[in-house]
Amino acid sequence: MTTWASQRLAGWGRFPVIDATCARPERRREVIETLKSRAGEPLIAHGLGRSYGDAALLEQGRVILTRRLNCMLDFDAETGWLRCEGGVTIGELVDTFVPRGFFPPVVPGTQHVTVAGALASDIHGKNHHVDGCWSDHVRRVEILTGSGDVVTCDAETEPELFWATAGGMGLTGLILAMEIQLVPIDGPNIEMEAIQVEDLNHFFEVSSESADFTHTVSWVDCVETGPSMGRGIFMRGRHAKSTSATGFNPMGLLGEGMDLDVGWMEANWLLNRLSVSMFNEVYYRHHPGGQQDSVVDIPSFFFPLDVVQNWNRLYGKRGFVQYQFVVPPDPDHEAVSEILDRFSRSGMLSFLAVIKEFGETVHGGLSFPRPGVTLAMDIPNVGRELMTLLDTLDEIVIAAGGRVYLGKDARLAKANFRRMYPGWEKWRDVRDRWDPDGVFQSDLGKRLGLVG
Amino acid sequence: MSVLILGATSPISRALARRYAAAGHAIFLGDIEEADRIAADLRVRYGVTAKSGFFNAKAFDSHADFMAQVEREVGPIEICVVAFGAMGEQSDSEGDFEAARNVIDVNYTGAASASEAVAHAMLERGSGSLIGICSVAGDRGRASNYFYGSAKGAFALYLGGLRNRLFKRGVHVLTVKLGFVDTGMTFGMKTGIPVADPEDVARAIVRAEARRVNVLTYPPFWIGIMGVVRAIPEEVFKRLSL
Repeated sequence: MTTWASQRLAGWGRFPVIDATCARPERRREVIETLKSRAGEPLIAHGLGRSYGDAALLEQGRVILTRRLNCMLDFDAETGWLRCEGGVTIGELVDTFVPRGFFPPVVPGTQHVTVAGALASDIHGKNHHVDGCWSDHVRRVEILTGSGDVVTCDAETEPELFWATAGGMGLTGLILAMEIQLVPIDGPNIEMEAIQVEDLNHFFEVSSESADFTHTVSWVDCVETGPSMGRGIFMRGRHAKSTSATGFNPMGLLGEGMDLDVGWMEANWLLNRLSVSMFNEVYYRHHPGGQQDSVVDIPSFFFPLDVVQNWNRLYGKRGFVQYQFVVPPDPDHEAVSEILDRFSRSGMLSFLAVIKEFGETVHGGLSFPRPGVTLAMDIPNVGRELMTLLDTLDEIVIAAGGRVYLGKDARLAKANFRRMYPGWEKWRDVRDRWDPDGVFQSDLGKRLGLVG
Repeated sequence: MSVLILGATSPISRALARRYAAAGHAIFLGDIEEADRIAADLRVRYGVTAKSGFFNAKAFDSHADFMAQVEREVGPIEICVVAFGAMGEQSDSEGDFEAARNVIDVNYTGAASASEAVAHAMLERGSGSLIGICSVAGDRGRASNYFYGSAKGAFALYLGGLRNRLFKRGVHVLTVKLGFVDTGMTFGMKTGIPVADPEDVARAIVRAEARRVNVLTYPPFWIGIMGVVRAIPEEVFKRLSL
């Protein structure tokens, strides 16, 4: 018998916030039972709640909290294949396997995501240009479908279900388990170079010269307009053989081994024009300039913000929105320039923004990455003014043939979604075949017309 | 050293098993279901010997054989955690004595039976620790859960007696009285009192066992709460709804 209880839930952006009817199964049997005890209401899985918007929320329905379904089931040290349940986190993979010389094939900017969430959002990382997305490195994915059957799928077996599940935002069923190809690494550190880039053209220049680095990303100052628009710090690295960290660490926000909880600092006024401009100025100037070479540890290279717990609360109760889009390659970088310009002139603020060029791999379906450049901005949710601006930016993205990332989305309009993801109808056909009764739904799915 | 955990799929058991596995001990997990998942997890994460078997608290006759099987597979049991439990619904127990009996059989009779079986083996060797998971609900009968409470209370009394008997023979007994812990039992409860994290509970239990503590109440503030609850005269208490 399933215990259902009301809980307040939100994504990482804390917008929107809903009261949801939740269950938290601890055994596999209990997961399957939720399908029978849902009283005809739809379901969605909710892992660590690190998608930003309403992807793992369902107000008119029931939410299955999956974080306790986190057993690792088998590991083959010869091949690096790990079999584990969906609630295992990237952080657990790092903690367990880095000491043994293995690393997850793809990691996002935080280690607090589940592997099931990684597949449902088909996450990318700093190595997308060489290694593609999460779904390129998994097989034998076990999905609890709406019929109650557990179906195993991957690129060879039930390929359509796998295709629709990778980036499918949890709407094809509940991801119970999968096999992940962990990659051998030489040591627990990253040798990296950090380069101060002066403007957008300089960013693209450095990016094109960085093809032999497995990991690249750049912080970008979204306050600056005019000639230095797009200035930032470009970071590129690869797994290192050396065992000790040395040199200037541009990723280290705090001192070595520090851990800070800022949850108590929640206030709407904290991130204002002055504080954000100052942060951007200080962060840019703090860098010694030119190129800095260093060796840093894995957490500070991949997960710099994880040392600041609850940093999402700095945005106050109103929450924040992350706007992440990708646009196809363009020698003049028109769309990115226009968006940065519109954004900085709008008076909106982005405390943190990152820019990266994607590689050539395309998964299709609802998977986000495609060749081109992606920019992600965190913006305080100031309400209608922001929503109007983002609608305008959507038009620029669509005109350039790009799209926004559903894993970050809380506000995209259905019509614009369909223009960004023209393959949505095929995706919907596959989904409906596997879930004809609409058992799996989410607030994001309903908003974008993916379900119902 | 080998550690046996009965009722291995609960979050407290999982957290305990991880701690003992991280310290390099061989683990045997018994549960009525899915103990193999948890054992696999320990093997992958910690590279230790971790085995599992079907254990039914209410199959009293099977307990001695089960202990023999465990010792054949992982060697002498140095630490045994009796962690299984079933809260049931108080209203079900009131309406149907079979439901009440299930609560009593799992939490008391089954727990005592399993403890006897493992104590027997420990006595022969003159060493070992038995950890019994009880509840502060066993400290005073209340309308809202007196079948569960009485069974857990009886198990705590049993453990006290067993400790008294085994102490002279080199075997330690640790009684753990838990307040609210964030498990399936408390999920969705409006407690009004802080709920403990299973990881913290496990840390406290491992430490208490290593220090040969007799009775651990966790979180410790429950000592105060239950002191007050126990001090209320029955004439008053029977009128309250706590």
